[in-house]
Amino acid sequence: MPPSLFIEQVLNGFQFGLMLFLLAAGLTLVLGIMDTINLAHGSLYMIGAYLTATLVGVTGSFWLAVLGAVLGTALIGMLLELSVLRQLYRRDHLSQVLATFALILIINEVVRMIWGSQPLLLSTPEALSGPVEILPGLYYPAFRLVIIGVGLLVALLLFWLVNRTRVGMWLRAGASNREMAQAMGVPIKPLFTLLFGVGAGLCAIAGAFLGPILAVQIGMGESILILAFVVIVIGGIGSIKGALVGALLVGLVDTAGRAFLPLLLSRVASPEVASNLGPALASILIYLLMAVVLFFRPQGLFPART
Amino acid sequence: MKKLVWLMVFLGLMGFSLALAQPRTVKVGFVSTLSGGGAALGIDVRDGFNLALRHLNNQLGGLPVEVIVADDQQNPDVARQAVDRMLKRDRVDFLTGIIFSNILLAVGDAIFEEKVFYISPNAGPSEYAGEQCNPYFVNVAWQNDNLHEAMGQYVQTRRFENVFLLAPNYPAGRDALTGFKRYFKGRVVAEVYHRLNQLDFSAEIAQIRAARPKAVYAFEPGAMGVNFIKQYAEAGLLREIPLFLPGFSADADVIRAVGRGMVGIYNSSQWTLELNNPINQRFVEDFRKTYNRTPTLYASQGYDAALLLDAAIKAVGGDLSKKDELRKAMLAGFNSTRGPLRFSPNGYPIQNYYLRQVIQQPGGEIVNRQVGTIFTNHRDAYVDRCKLR
Repeated sequence: MPPSLFIEQVLNGFQFGLMLFLLAAGLTLVLGIMDTINLAHGSLYMIGAYLTATLVGVTGSFWLAVLGAVLGTALIGMLLELSVLRQLYRRDHLSQVLATFALILIINEVVRMIWGSQPLLLSTPEALSGPVEILPGLYYPAFRLVIIGVGLLVALLLFWLVNRTRVGMWLRAGASNREMAQAMGVPIKPLFTLLFGVGAGLCAIAGAFLGPILAVQIGMGESILILAFVVIVIGGIGSIKGALVGALLVGLVDTAGRAFLPLLLSRVASPEVASNLGPALASILIYLLMAVVLFFRPQGLFPART
Repeated sequence: MKKLVWLMVFLGLMGFSLALAQPRTVKVGFVSTLSGGGAALGIDVRDGFNLALRHLNNQLGGLPVEVIVADDQQNPDVARQAVDRMLKRDRVDFLTGIIFSNILLAVGDAIFEEKVFYISPNAGPSEYAGEQCNPYFVNVAWQNDNLHEAMGQYVQTRRFENVFLLAPNYPAGRDALTGFKRYFKGRVVAEVYHRLNQLDFSAEIAQIRAARPKAVYAFEPGAMGVNFIKQYAEAGLLREIPLFLPGFSADADVIRAVGRGMVGIYNSSQWTLELNNPINQRFVEDFRKTYNRTPTLYASQGYDAALLLDAAIKAVGGDLSKKDELRKAMLAGFNSTRGPLRFSPNGYPIQNYYLRQVIQQPGGEIVNRQVGTIFTNHRDAYVDRCKLR
């Protein structure tokens, strides 16, 4: 295998993994700290992408649109928390799953009513639509490099927020023992609303940057939500570090499976079998990864509660 | 008692005369992909079909028509439910509309069992062309392999030493690359299948870059095509390794989304905008006027599906119970947007395949222009294995 192919696939895995991290970070905090299952997390990602696509049309600038979409989605997220999710904290997980699944359906229909059922067009900004030579002879799409940069930046910010600020201290306290944190005077209600808004904003960043690569369409949130859950189960619920490691693992394994598994299989099996088996195996690889991790560490790699 | 008998006779007559006064309607079930990544295809077929109905004054073969539309969401289970409902509750006379072969294969048997004709405006799986061909199946578009056979032939005549092949992992994806390889005699560097509806092609594009083929051939319909071509261009490969496509990945829907990057690309199609016959000219002109966009091959297929039904129902004088005659009438052919169209005994068309190139007109509009003919009166490769006559 040429080294350039290897480097390119690793970058692809990183790029996908970092975007998954943005989704998983919000999800794992909500699940770890609020003990609430929020299936509608993917819908916030969809809302972020739709807002970006619309605002690009209005403002003409991709970056302004991202900013607007992040603020808008965070606001929508906080409104959702205040109006619906707040009622669910004391209910059991089944009620939460049912209620937030209903939210998915409702949000999908609202988006269909506003934007129609055809996918929206969101293009990469003109200046970033070409390739960049990162090593001699190795070209990589500029926009994907930007995604990696943005993902790393947000991850750093999040680590700073959680590990170095007072709010972060409350969050960690809430994640490891909620009752105790409340007893010690942590303002849990506004904290949850804020947390939910931050999670929604992170979703919007992922939606804005994945929109031009994937597609801005109804249902885009559901398929990626499953991956986000896989990430937090692997990483350990409630842990930002776990979400980052889990997301990068899933991104790399998924890319490696698609890229190298068919190649490997074609060495040992007939081309017919390899072309049949390769794509099938590649698509279950991350679930295999999850099963293996759960077998050895049922709490995930970095559990928040010990 | 006598009075009662008379009354019953009278009522019976009244019912009979009511039936006479109200001519039978044709019920057509239209199941198609109208949302999600394949929506552009289903919407084009539907709009083409509706335009033909408008041109036919909402009649098929002289009978008033009722169309029942359902969205299959590109999901075989959803399609199965819609088809069952149309067969059992609505009792449709014909079914049509399905875009994706995996969906058609999931519902086909249920339709044929009820002895209802399925007129395919798109999906043309090889399964229904050979041993499993069925008298209740007619495809007005093509057999899945055909457009790819044409591109294989063209890439062969350009004498490319080797080619990299890419398609989604579903029945039509396999048919596609089988068709291409049937006519391309050079070396196949790699044959890569990816998940259906995959939208990020970074892993595949890295493989293409590393393999350094002389040419790439990719069957990517709908949103997959838009994303693949965009990402192929963003990776800087469009200038380095020529990309060849079937008409599905290079028609007006994809051109609208991708834009300038498409200019210069060669692709194959059974239909073109400039085919010189009155039916096509009226179709293209009115489609543009009605829907405010350029029609695609999908739209022409939807239009032709309605024309085929019209011709066949007319031929049996509106008696839809004559199933054998209906089938004979359909296979006898009709005048389509592609001129007179004939069929093989397996229900697939015998037709020409054209070479098109995406060009930018002086006004700036990007269109697909017919630049040659690859096959004339081409049949599908499976017809000899079909026992139907």
